[in-house]
Amino acid sequence: MATDHELHLRDRLTRLRSLNLLGGVRLSGELEKLQRQLDRIQTAPTDEEIWRSVELARHQDRPYTLDYVERLLDDWVELHGDRGRADDAALVVGLGKFNGRTIALLGNQKGRDIKERTHRNFGMAYPEGYRKAMRLMELAGRHGFPLVSLVDIPGAYPGVAAEQHGQGGAIARSQAAMARLEVPTVACVIGEGGSGGAIATALADKVLMQENAIYTVISPEGCAAILWRDAAEAKKAAAAFKPDAVHCLELGVIDGIVPEPEAGAHTDLAESAKLLGESLQEALEELESVPVDDLKRRRRARFRSLGVYA
Amino acid sequence: MSSRIDVSIEHRNVPEPPGKQHPNTCPECQSHYRDDELEAALWVCPHCGHHFPMRARSRIASLADEGTFVEEAAELRSEDPLHFFDLRPYTERLAEAEMKTGLGEAMVIGHGSIDGKSCELAVMDFSFMGGSMGSVVGEKFSRACDSAAERGVPLVSVTASGGARMQEGILSLMQLPKTVCAVEDLHDAGQAMISVMTHPTTAGVLASFASLGDVIVAEPGALLAFTGPRVVQQTTREKLPEDFGLAEQNLRFGHIDAIVARPELKPYVSRLLRLFTSRNGD
Repeated sequence: MATDHELHLRDRLTRLRSLNLLGGVRLSGELEKLQRQLDRIQTAPTDEEIWRSVELARHQDRPYTLDYVERLLDDWVELHGDRGRADDAALVVGLGKFNGRTIALLGNQKGRDIKERTHRNFGMAYPEGYRKAMRLMELAGRHGFPLVSLVDIPGAYPGVAAEQHGQGGAIARSQAAMARLEVPTVACVIGEGGSGGAIATALADKVLMQENAIYTVISPEGCAAILWRDAAEAKKAAAAFKPDAVHCLELGVIDGIVPEPEAGAHTDLAESAKLLGESLQEALEELESVPVDDLKRRRRARFRSLGVYA
Repeated sequence: MSSRIDVSIEHRNVPEPPGKQHPNTCPECQSHYRDDELEAALWVCPHCGHHFPMRARSRIASLADEGTFVEEAAELRSEDPLHFFDLRPYTERLAEAEMKTGLGEAMVIGHGSIDGKSCELAVMDFSFMGGSMGSVVGEKFSRACDSAAERGVPLVSVTASGGARMQEGILSLMQLPKTVCAVEDLHDAGQAMISVMTHPTTAGVLASFASLGDVIVAEPGALLAFTGPRVVQQTTREKLPEDFGLAEQNLRFGHIDAIVARPELKPYVSRLLRLFTSRNGD
């Protein structure tokens, strides 16, 4: 039976497509990829497909921020430290040339092996990381550099020192700094968009998600532990809160989906980088034609319109 | 050398498991009170000073001058965009919360005056689904910012929240940037925000508008943490300091401006309102 929900979804999808929300997504001109994307969007992902995204988003070989930096930017210079007390390796920031223009880039960085993972705290930032990010945002605003933020964080680090150094306040102020920027900003979730730790650096003019990335209010395990009182029910939790790119697009949370190679971003790093680069370029080109005064106003209006209520 | 003495700390402010103790029994000194006794004492234990949770309506009555508060956006109700079903449907949890609290959502907004100074109020109620922030809380806070800006008055926010509401999934997370943008618009309109954090102000609410007050004050003993002590302990196995995440620790580390006991809150807030609204000598 076609449930009210299904009808509602179809109705929304029709409206979404007529609004050309896919405009921010380039599909390399390949018809079959376009068709695959449209197929996915037309049919809401099944519970199994949602869980596959969770697994792919966390895949140990998935490309991380620095893999993309290496393939997309020239003259990359990484900057270090929050000018207060530390350099948080879980969040990298720097300047580089992207298709000829200088951009400021920040991104979460997980580690490849045990040693690097420990050094980078599995990509989970401390408040020092967000303060370093805010430093880059200020620098970008001062010099008129567009800001690109790559999001891939399981969640902000939940530790004693992180709390003492003000994790909540740092996440709030990092968002506020992005809400004040007067330069074009693009964020893309490239793996795990984990809760407050992710939104801290994702309050951008354009928000994209890779096809198999996830964007969550809480980890599936955390949600299962609280609502089902059993972390092993993570699959059920994920199916219930729908963290996949298609649902995020449908809810208006993101503006476009960045395609990945057929079997996931980790299977072909060069192709993944090319596809991400094309989407970032398209988003930046669009934003660069918007008057600076309008950027901030539109960005805030975009986020202030999010939510469903009666 | 006995440097390895294990000192297990019992936290004073971690909520007791449900059903263990009557809500009107003081967890500090075990004194027991009737509702009207606590209401008259602003829900502060007359014996030891423990701050009981305070409902949104009582809070507003304790801050706003009598008869001045006019509620706004009371009609807003949550929808169920994800058709969320855990052990029970979200719609059932919402209906139950409304019946239990007599409130439409976990936040009440409106305008009124405090010691004669006009202001906007946004007050949370922990009794409504743990004060969790979903689309309606975000929208109400956002409207409170606009209302304050339009009237040219400061906003007083009183928070009590476990964080973002899981049942609305990613849309709940989006209430963080939404409320942050609302505060930024309020600030651009030249108005102040005074943030009063009460027990508990955690996770998504701490990581958004609550932390953006021009002045941030907290009630004594309030838990103000992005991640609460139980999860930190489970995740990291770290030994927690005695005052982990409490207002007192937050003051020591520089995250809040003051700890103000509930009976002192109204005069404290009205002094701030006078300071923020007398720039033209009025």
